[in-house]
Amino acid sequence: MSLVLYRIDDRLIHGQVVVGWGQRLGIGFIVLVDDGVKANVWEQELYRMGVPGAMDVAFATVAEAAGHVAEWERDPRKGILLTGDVDTMVALCDQAPGVRKVNLGGVHAKDGRRERLRYVFLTDAEAAKLVALAARGVEVTAQDLPTTKPVPMADLA
Amino acid sequence: MSDKLTGVVVAHSELAASLLAAVRAIAGDDHGLAAVSNTGCDRAALLKSLDAAIGAGPAVVFTDMAGGSCAFTAAALARGRGDVRVVTGVNLAMLVDFAFHRELPVAEAARRAVEVGRTAVGLVEK
Repeated sequence: MSLVLYRIDDRLIHGQVVVGWGQRLGIGFIVLVDDGVKANVWEQELYRMGVPGAMDVAFATVAEAAGHVAEWERDPRKGILLTGDVDTMVALCDQAPGVRKVNLGGVHAKDGRRERLRYVFLTDAEAAKLVALAARGVEVTAQDLPTTKPVPMADLA
Repeated sequence: MSDKLTGVVVAHSELAASLLAAVRAIAGDDHGLAAVSNTGCDRAALLKSLDAAIGAGPAVVFTDMAGGSCAFTAAALARGRGDVRVVTGVNLAMLVDFAFHRELPVAEAARRAVEVGRTAVGLVEK
């Protein structure tokens, strides 16, 4: 069934992802693209503990993920690919042109960021990168849970 | 400074504050328990809030879901501190019991909380 969600979420693997999306969509695997987590075995074990046994978790750097996206897209199971920030997802899209949809699931408040939605805070630079991504034909929407309405990036810029 | 353990409940939305309100209703006061919500927090912000709530410790941190951001953050924080233990799947029974056993060593208090919490979960047969 392939990767059904490319999600930016600064909490990475957590309840909304595993339960909110995972249970509703029948997710069989999660790919966490984060150079820091990829380099930290202890953190990987922690994230594995947090998902149901039937759900596989893979960890990858951006470069590794770019090389595997096509393979994950051919996986018979449904999967979610996660990044913890806008820059990582944009870098992945640059290296893996097959990514056609990006979900803004949770980017929280930090210095320099402005509230766009209750769960989306972006700097102007981050917003500009996402607008540029959308201009290249990638569908960028914000949606924290499958039960809420997706909001197009154009409404958040 | 108290010799007794600190307890911190870290959970989604308003759950931690509500559990503490229930503890107050049953046990009379907070008994050294504090509430932290993950609402509006990324991992770094939640870590900062949790660290502030724990203070000097020693402390037992109670989290709601084993696989949620609260549990991840608590485990990450406890990894670097020998005086902090993390208990997942918090319920009211374990918190009320903890309130009256804060003089225990932190590891023993955490084990006791798990046992009490498990015992409190059951099926009421007709």
